[in-house]
Amino acid sequence: MIEVKDLVKRYGETTAVDHLTFTVEPGRITGFLGPNGAGKSTTMRLILGLDRPTSGTALIDGMPYRSLPDPLRYVGALLEAKAVHPGRTAFNHLLYLAQTQGVPKSRINEVLDLVGLSAVAKKRTKGFSLGMGQRLGIAAALLGNPRLLILDEPVNGLDPEGIVWIRNLMKQLAAEGRTVFVSSHLMNEMAVTADHVVVIGRGRLIADTAMDEFIARYAENVVLVRTPQTEKLREALNGLGATVTSQQDGALLVNKTEAAAIGELAAANGVVLHELSPQRGSLEEAFMELTREDVQFHGPAGIPTGPASGAAQGGGA
Amino acid sequence: MVTDAIPRTAGTNDGHANFGRLLTAEWTKLRTVRSTAWSFAALIIAVIGFTALIIFLRVQSWSQMTTADQAQTRLDPVPQILGSGLLLGQLAVCVLGVLVASSEYTTGMIRSTLLAAPHRLRMLAAKCIVFTIPVLIIGEVLSFASYGIGKSILASKVHTSLSDPHVTRAVIGEGLYLGVLGLFALAIGQLIRHTAGAITTVIALVLVIVPLAQLLPGNIGKHVSAYLPTNAGQQIMQIYPKDQILSAWQGFGVFGLWTAVLLAIAAWLLVKRDA
Repeated sequence: MIEVKDLVKRYGETTAVDHLTFTVEPGRITGFLGPNGAGKSTTMRLILGLDRPTSGTALIDGMPYRSLPDPLRYVGALLEAKAVHPGRTAFNHLLYLAQTQGVPKSRINEVLDLVGLSAVAKKRTKGFSLGMGQRLGIAAALLGNPRLLILDEPVNGLDPEGIVWIRNLMKQLAAEGRTVFVSSHLMNEMAVTADHVVVIGRGRLIADTAMDEFIARYAENVVLVRTPQTEKLREALNGLGATVTSQQDGALLVNKTEAAAIGELAAANGVVLHELSPQRGSLEEAFMELTREDVQFHGPAGIPTGPASGAAQGGGA
Repeated sequence: MVTDAIPRTAGTNDGHANFGRLLTAEWTKLRTVRSTAWSFAALIIAVIGFTALIIFLRVQSWSQMTTADQAQTRLDPVPQILGSGLLLGQLAVCVLGVLVASSEYTTGMIRSTLLAAPHRLRMLAAKCIVFTIPVLIIGEVLSFASYGIGKSILASKVHTSLSDPHVTRAVIGEGLYLGVLGLFALAIGQLIRHTAGAITTVIALVLVIVPLAQLLPGNIGKHVSAYLPTNAGQQIMQIYPKDQILSAWQGFGVFGLWTAVLLAIAAWLLVKRDA
């Protein structure tokens, strides 16, 4: 279990992590989401004892990382694709790590097999592609057979086959009762992988919730309705407890109500409908909307507002 | 496959990575990169090659030397023998010492290292020990070998022997000097964390700053220069103290002190700074 309590990290004037509190429970995959520059990597480095927090604590099973006996047997971490000396072979990189923990040499070949790098074990890592580097990093993370895994953007640089492989690996690890904490800036990637999600923006906690709940809340169905009798329909819908927002062109966006129910309601009230179309709110757009104010590096043009923006507002973000 | 339990060896629960294991791991790191072999090869070639070459040229040009030079060589041949290979040879030790520490940072490997060994001081201590021992051993072997080579080439003109006063100390001293120099460079590599910057700094400290200090006027220049790290350290290779300010062992002690202070600062920053 990872417990982050009131964690703060400042670099001069910049606050990278701003009073962050959350826990990561064992036996499931916890996604760590946020736009680029939100402080995900910094938080992970603080948990791993690589950086010192300005204030607050980050504990692993109740202990700071630096106090863990044989830390690689507790925690496996993947930080950057290449935290290796390019002149050293993959095998020797894993060898020195194994030696610090008293992990037997046979385990090195096991993890190399597991990540599919056995054929290049004796090659210097300078010739490795981004994907191979990522696989070597995962091999290093699994070396000590740890109960807890911290993976920073593990799908980076992987081909589609590699992405499926890492997804399945994470699911398998979580099913074995391990704690898996994985960061990503891609909401859709997390939606298919994570059981729980922690969302941050500009170092602050935005959401800490089950993935199902997050999807239900932020990516619910929205129905677009056009009618010349806007006010009448709105009143009727409000009576049903639906959330209604008006578009600039006079159309209504209705949350929390099925299209069929709206059609029946309109018929019962004698309201003419010109359009009745369910809009599937994209999770990615919901996530962008949720973190918009916290994005550090905007593109030159504003983010186009889709129907999902109404969904996010309606959902009470 | 992931669930296979990994057998724990004895002594794993002492709270921190076991020191013996850190030594093994640092030895693996040292021997599995090419720069180690290249640097030691450069050290051996420079020390043996330049000792032989320079002493040989001196013997060849003996008749053209001034009587004063000849007398100086006859009186005090040991520093000439030891110094001729050391001037360039020591740079190989400096480069390797810097690389052992700085390459962890320039490659990003330091993060892998510190995740495995989060007790940073132990890691640095293991690194210092593992690097210094081979430098000392090779340094001593080279020191005796270069003395033997220089002595035999010079034999037709000048006689010197390990049994002459202070000669054994000077020869052993060259190996010790190389060992401390390696640590000195390692400390600077650990402080600066960038290979190019650290190598430049070490070379400036070893080769450039001494002649600069001698430009300072009169007695001040003499004293400043005597206390500079490598100048002080090389006193141990002198038979007759060069400037009468520091004796052989005092000078070596000053060099050791410089190294200890730099290492202490490097260790303090290692613990304090973000990796």
